[in-house]
Amino acid sequence: MATLGPYHFSPYPTAVVEGVLTPPPGKGLLYNEIVDEEVAMREAAKQMLTRENPTIFVGPLIIYAWSDEAKENAKLVREMAEVLNAKIIPMVDYRPKYPKINPEVEINPNHPNLTIWHNNIKVCIFIGVHCHFANVALKIIRAETDCLTIAMCAKMGHEDAMITVRDQHPDDIRKFINIAKEVKKELGK
Amino acid sequence: MSFNIYKVNEELREFMPPEILELEEKATWGNPKRGVMDLPYAKELLEEHSLCAGCPESDAFRYILASLPNPEDTIIVNSTGCTSLVFPQIALHTVHSLFGNQNAVASGIKRVLEYRFPNKVKDVVVLAGDGATVDIGLDCTLQSFFRQEKITTICYDNEVYANTGGQESGLTVKGHVFKMAPKGKQWDKVPMWQLAIDSGCHYVVRMTVSSPRRVEQAVKKAIYVAREVGPTYIHLYTPCILEIGRNSDEGLEEMKLGDKERFSFFEYMTPQAEEVIKRKKEEGLI
Repeated sequence: MATLGPYHFSPYPTAVVEGVLTPPPGKGLLYNEIVDEEVAMREAAKQMLTRENPTIFVGPLIIYAWSDEAKENAKLVREMAEVLNAKIIPMVDYRPKYPKINPEVEINPNHPNLTIWHNNIKVCIFIGVHCHFANVALKIIRAETDCLTIAMCAKMGHEDAMITVRDQHPDDIRKFINIAKEVKKELGK
Repeated sequence: MSFNIYKVNEELREFMPPEILELEEKATWGNPKRGVMDLPYAKELLEEHSLCAGCPESDAFRYILASLPNPEDTIIVNSTGCTSLVFPQIALHTVHSLFGNQNAVASGIKRVLEYRFPNKVKDVVVLAGDGATVDIGLDCTLQSFFRQEKITTICYDNEVYANTGGQESGLTVKGHVFKMAPKGKQWDKVPMWQLAIDSGCHYVVRMTVSSPRRVEQAVKKAIYVAREVGPTYIHLYTPCILEIGRNSDEGLEEMKLGDKERFSFFEYMTPQAEEVIKRKKEEGLI
């Protein structure tokens, strides 16, 4: 995470400013290093299994049954939550709710920090969120909270997440679940 | 667009906030006969709004959204103003354009949709205030009429720039005094409905939103005519009760007064529009 500046905000608005870029195909981003996808997945699983209040923030691309892949991914997200003992909090849409969202039951990309603060979430996975809103939310979380963010992206990944893997489709998510099961066993959980 | 985008995956249903499930289960999708009579029973497409208590614009929003014949395939283009506070909270595709260029943006969207989905009906509706439609955006508004773009333009006329403190607009009545127009307006109100007719609109209506059923009729007629013939224009009086010194429960009374005076119901249609409206009435859609 970025070092806080004199006014206790991150002096860097985005990870790109610090030279962090999205990983190339087949690779993952672990903090500011490009690593093999499996290494990133293993670290993501470890963080989810060891930090407080692990949560999966699932976005509209998986919440709604608009394609066969979305239906398959929804099942996998449930399985992932069980393996990681994680809570699921949906990002149902991107409308800025008035006066504010109920942070217990949902997260909104325009003020994701409310949900993270309210539930004391120290690690989270973003999955199924459209890239532009994931970018917004991850930047806010990066600057405003001490939550470790993991982005499982179906496209290029997100440099503003601390750990990101890209091109994630059902087979890749299944692979992550299997790795998580192994890590869980190793940790004796 | 697929209706499946409103269906929540079974595995994740238990985590959803209730209003999202209601949108799937109780909103009126896929029914062109939907209308204001559904309001007490169906889930509204407007979740909440951030307008002032008793604002007639919020009534207009509810009636218009309940009357769209094809909400799942309707794109709404809006502009800066009080109305823009509401759009993030409606469950439709909306585009917030720059102040005044809403009709230009809507024209582009309509053309692209016709190209991209030639076999589907996609309605494009502009919802903007009097500042966006008649002052800052008059050029774009009239040019879209001249070009015969197949879009529906709805103007919420509150006769003032309300959310910036009360400056006079082109639709302010001559002599009206507002907080930021202390001398009173020096010129006449722009007869926008007449400009719309002269600029080539095929269906034009001027009214208040005191009668929900009448708003429904106007919206449906305007959208059906825009689909087949050309541009249509609805001019709605939605007074800013704060700026004219009314209480929050007096909006309806103010509009009823408007019904008798300068906003008496006025409807214009070309012969082509009349033919479409007649056909739709026979089909039971209006």
